[in-house]
Amino acid sequence: MHKYVNYEKIMHSIDVIDKKILRMMQADALLSVADIALRVGVGTASCWRRIGRMEKSGIIKGHKAVIDPRAMGLEVEVSLRVTLDKTQTDAFDRFIEAARKVKEVNEIQTFLGRVDVRLNILARDMEHYQEIYRNQILLLPHISDIEALMVITNVMSKDGVPL
Amino acid sequence: MISIDNVDRALLRELQNNGSAKASDLGRLVGLSQSAAWRRIKRLEEAKIINGKRIVLDAVKLGFSVTVFLGVKLAAKGRVSLEDFERAVSAIPEVQLVQHVLGMYDYRLKVVATDLSDFERVLRRRIMTLPGVGEVESNVLLSEEKRNFVI
Repeated sequence: MHKYVNYEKIMHSIDVIDKKILRMMQADALLSVADIALRVGVGTASCWRRIGRMEKSGIIKGHKAVIDPRAMGLEVEVSLRVTLDKTQTDAFDRFIEAARKVKEVNEIQTFLGRVDVRLNILARDMEHYQEIYRNQILLLPHISDIEALMVITNVMSKDGVPL
Repeated sequence: MISIDNVDRALLRELQNNGSAKASDLGRLVGLSQSAAWRRIKRLEEAKIINGKRIVLDAVKLGFSVTVFLGVKLAAKGRVSLEDFERAVSAIPEVQLVQHVLGMYDYRLKVVATDLSDFERVLRRRIMTLPGVGEVESNVLLSEEKRNFVI
């Protein structure tokens, strides 16, 4: 009898040690593999293998540099919460397509809830923000309501996974 | 604030996509020698434009298939210490982002959960019991596009 093996599931399954490794890597991406191995309590070679396996299965997607927009002179960050006119069947697609063309929009998220779409805007100052809002955002199609949340501070931003 | 030119921008764009890229590879991509690329990266790090490095994990493959953004209003402003609220909310493991905002909510939170009932548990037991918490609005994330803001 041919036995069905779910390779996908095997690829994605991680054990307690893998979890500890990921936790260390999330807490400090600059740790060396030797350091991680020491703290988790496994050999360096085994730690390498585990990390390699998780990279191969796509659990670890890679690394990114954290870039601070404020240090680059983008002082104003605003979350625009948009409700769309859903009587238009293609409202979502057309709105998102047009929003992509606004270069100051760095995040586009869609939701199930009171808000349909959220756009994150980064601007140099309030004057720049006003200009983007009036001349680009308000011209986007099918908006029925729009609310702004201006970011005062990022209190905490782990932006990872609770392992 | 330091001034940055198009070569710096190109380096930042590459580093946002691949934080482990070597100075030699980055240099080749933007047309610089390894040492010139390294010096520019060093300068961007010193100016805190590059502010650390982070691992990128696939949340869904790790079993966290639900992401919810919450708008939280504090119940009695003035009587609640913002520090107390911020400390308590930041200590919840499922909360991955806390932003103090100005507008119809006071805080914006990102919560990562394994499924909707796991989210409900976090909401009821952890979020709704926070000191000073008032109205809470939940929006479940369906799709997300992040774009390079270094333009």
